[in-house]
Amino acid sequence: MPLPSTMTPIATQILASATATVTFSSIPQDYTDLVLVINSGTTAYTDNYLRFNSDTGSNYSYTRIYGTASAGSDRGTSQTTGYIGSADTTLVGNHIINVMNYANTTTNKTFLSRNNYNGSTAAGTHAIVGLWRSTSAINSITLSLSSSTWLANSSFTLYGVKAAS
Amino acid sequence: MASISLKYKSKNGNLTAPGNADPGAMIPIATAIIGSGGDTSVTFSNIPASYEHLQLRLSTKGRTAGLTGACVHRLRFNDDSSTSYTYHQLRGNGSSAGAEGGTASSNGSTIGYYPAGGETASAFGVIVCDILDYTNTNKYKTVRGLGGWDGNGSGYSALNSGVWLSTAAINTILVTCDDGLRQYSRIDLFGIKRAGA
Repeated sequence: MPLPSTMTPIATQILASATATVTFSSIPQDYTDLVLVINSGTTAYTDNYLRFNSDTGSNYSYTRIYGTASAGSDRGTSQTTGYIGSADTTLVGNHIINVMNYANTTTNKTFLSRNNYNGSTAAGTHAIVGLWRSTSAINSITLSLSSSTWLANSSFTLYGVKAAS
Repeated sequence: MASISLKYKSKNGNLTAPGNADPGAMIPIATAIIGSGGDTSVTFSNIPASYEHLQLRLSTKGRTAGLTGACVHRLRFNDDSSTSYTYHQLRGNGSSAGAEGGTASSNGSTIGYYPAGGETASAFGVIVCDILDYTNTNKYKTVRGLGGWDGNGSGYSALNSGVWLSTAAINTILVTCDDGLRQYSRIDLFGIKRAGA
């Protein structure tokens, strides 16, 4: 008997107009990991962020490796948003964000963001590991920008990945 | 050492009738969840040959309370402990980017970093690792990993790739862990189907 597939689309948002924030709420708790796939552009080059469960506390941090004209690494600590990369003025930017073990209530939440962007201002690639210092199960994800807005036709799809047990 | 035999751990389907619609391409095969007392490593054995690729998804932390820093996960296949593994890595430690590589190693192919047991409490490292074309007996086997950990002032982000210099089909995967695995660590194995399968 074939086994059930495990990468299940939960929700998709395709922007009809320029938008400053995108939220996925009431996320089912039935999966093991979440995968968020974003294909986007912004009205100007800008940094992209997420928040879990509307937490505005200084509970986010990251370590990243990046490549623009050269390679580098940096980190951010005790921030009020989770850094996930950058976007620029063409609809070729993308993020694949893995939020691992998101529904457990024992450990803090670690996520990976693999991000690429190429626009009128900048181009680059990131591999980011982020931490949300909370043991709460994740039930919402809010995406935001440091400035500007997402372009119309930017797409955001949330998937659930369920392990064998 | 946690040893998961997939003969007993595969998840059953839940279809309503034979010949139901294609269930999709990414299938959960087995899970190792570490209990109290921790463990040293994880082995997945009796891996079915019915997929095209495999994916491992790790959420792990070391178990030595007084140990800090980065620990390494490596993969060894089919109990091969010969010098048949290579790897290359691009990594960032939060202040500088670096790279390294290793050839002809018996240790296994490096797939990424995870935090030692004394790092930030309850902060686990994560890795997504793909093992491509794992049953093909005409090719060496390629692995690639993306992952790392962040401890709010410590951590690594890394991209890894490696080769097992064998054309044998993979039926066993040993995930080695420099600092073992503490409770609540988990490693999940998935199969990725080919078209028409």
